[in-house]
Amino acid sequence: MSLELNKVAPAVGAESETKRSQPLLEANRISKTLGGKLILDDVSLSLDRGQRKILIGPSGGGKSTLLKCIHFLNPPDKGDVFLDGKSAKDMSQSNISAFRQEIGMIFQDFNLFDHLTAKDNVAIALRKVKKQPKAAARARAMEELDKVGLSDKAELYPAQLSGGQKQRVSIARAMAMEPKLMLLDEPTSALDPELIGEVLQVIADLAQGGMTMLMVTHQLDFVKHLTDEIIFMENGRIVEQGNPGVLLDAQSNSRTSLFCAKLTQLSSKKWTPGNFM
Amino acid sequence: MDTWEFYVKSLIPALNQGLLMSVKIIVPSALLGIAIGVLVGAGRAAGPKWLKPLLNAYVSVFRGTPLVVQLTMWYFGLPSVSRWLGGYLGPLGLPEFTWKCLILSPYAAAVVAFCLCSGAYQSEYIRGAILSIRKGQFLAAESLGFTKAQTFWHITAPVAVRRALHGCGNEIIYLIKYSSLAIIVSVMELTGQSKSLGSLYFRNFECYCLTALYYLALVSLATIILHLIEKKLEIPGLGQAKA
Repeated sequence: MSLELNKVAPAVGAESETKRSQPLLEANRISKTLGGKLILDDVSLSLDRGQRKILIGPSGGGKSTLLKCIHFLNPPDKGDVFLDGKSAKDMSQSNISAFRQEIGMIFQDFNLFDHLTAKDNVAIALRKVKKQPKAAARARAMEELDKVGLSDKAELYPAQLSGGQKQRVSIARAMAMEPKLMLLDEPTSALDPELIGEVLQVIADLAQGGMTMLMVTHQLDFVKHLTDEIIFMENGRIVEQGNPGVLLDAQSNSRTSLFCAKLTQLSSKKWTPGNFM
Repeated sequence: MDTWEFYVKSLIPALNQGLLMSVKIIVPSALLGIAIGVLVGAGRAAGPKWLKPLLNAYVSVFRGTPLVVQLTMWYFGLPSVSRWLGGYLGPLGLPEFTWKCLILSPYAAAVVAFCLCSGAYQSEYIRGAILSIRKGQFLAAESLGFTKAQTFWHITAPVAVRRALHGCGNEIIYLIKYSSLAIIVSVMELTGQSKSLGSLYFRNFECYCLTALYYLALVSLATIILHLIEKKLEIPGLGQAKA
């Protein structure tokens, strides 16, 4: 499936060299207004192959919208997204579809297809979008479910799975499309504390397998060891970005460290009546 | 004529004939009603903006006026329109068919009235089912590279059909019963046969009791078929009837 080359067209022979030097993903000066409110204000970021970055920040800061803009589920009003140097702007509908296939997206509330079993949730895009034969798509789906430890749940429907299992199926569904990049939008925030571990383990396995990832999460204790960079967003802008060791250092007095200190404080505080503020 | 002879030689054969006519009205009206309901419901839920007011107007008119009025309009009212149109189109040299096609037979008037009325109600069930589908399902489909048409056929439609099934089935059961209105335009279906025989032999009570049993049997059959379809399409978590 070839993507339309709108902006970057490397010369023959120089292509592999260019691919090595150019970032896998480049979001360039993205702005987005929703309901009359500016949600993203001139945001730029880039990811090299195999890089993993974490987006954090207060609610309403634009993190989820940024992921949707990068995936062109919510096309940006201004700016452009480049995947492997290819611009997504002004693409035709079929090229947008091809563009989206190269980026996997994991949603906070899983968004599994309610009418399909776990296996068919993974297989349906292979069959209908990638046009693979039914048997091959289902075999591939079983492989992916096996990787996330759910081959024994293949015939169950989403309503019969726990939250953690649903999220693992959704990761298998995205991985079956062989994406170059994974976007994860708070993959554990809708889960009970007991179920978070199983999903984080799958994410850790992806990271160890070299998957390029951009993840919105507040599970910093776990993911800070997996990430190359933390990006802090607030009011639609990137406020800080840098090495997790530096930004999370309490001595750094960074906006990120203050935010994370608040998160830690909230989770460890003993709540009593009259003590909610 | 004794009671037994009346039942065997007159009433039951007449009601069987009426039943056949009722089925001839109900089946096409139900199928066309569902087809209209799906198109109108999908158009109202997810169609282009310019189309929605037209479809809303259709639903408002056909849900907002009595079926008896609609039925009489199709059968008794349209010939007047046809005559009026003929007065304009005839002098223009157009063939008679262009205005005489508005003069419907009793059977055609009944089917047209029932399917248009049923379609308006069905469209509400379909629209509700489509609107009930979580936005996340569309986002997930788009993120996997589905086009809008693929999303509709493979993601929206299978869920919407299951969610609309109860309502649509209910509407078909209503249709079975309001098919009895066809007698108004002189179609001799179940109620028509019953009325005719009841008046002829002064045995209204027996005629209408047996007719009611015929309708009950039809509705029971439809209920069983709908239940079997529901069971066939049942998926955990999609709100289907329990066994």
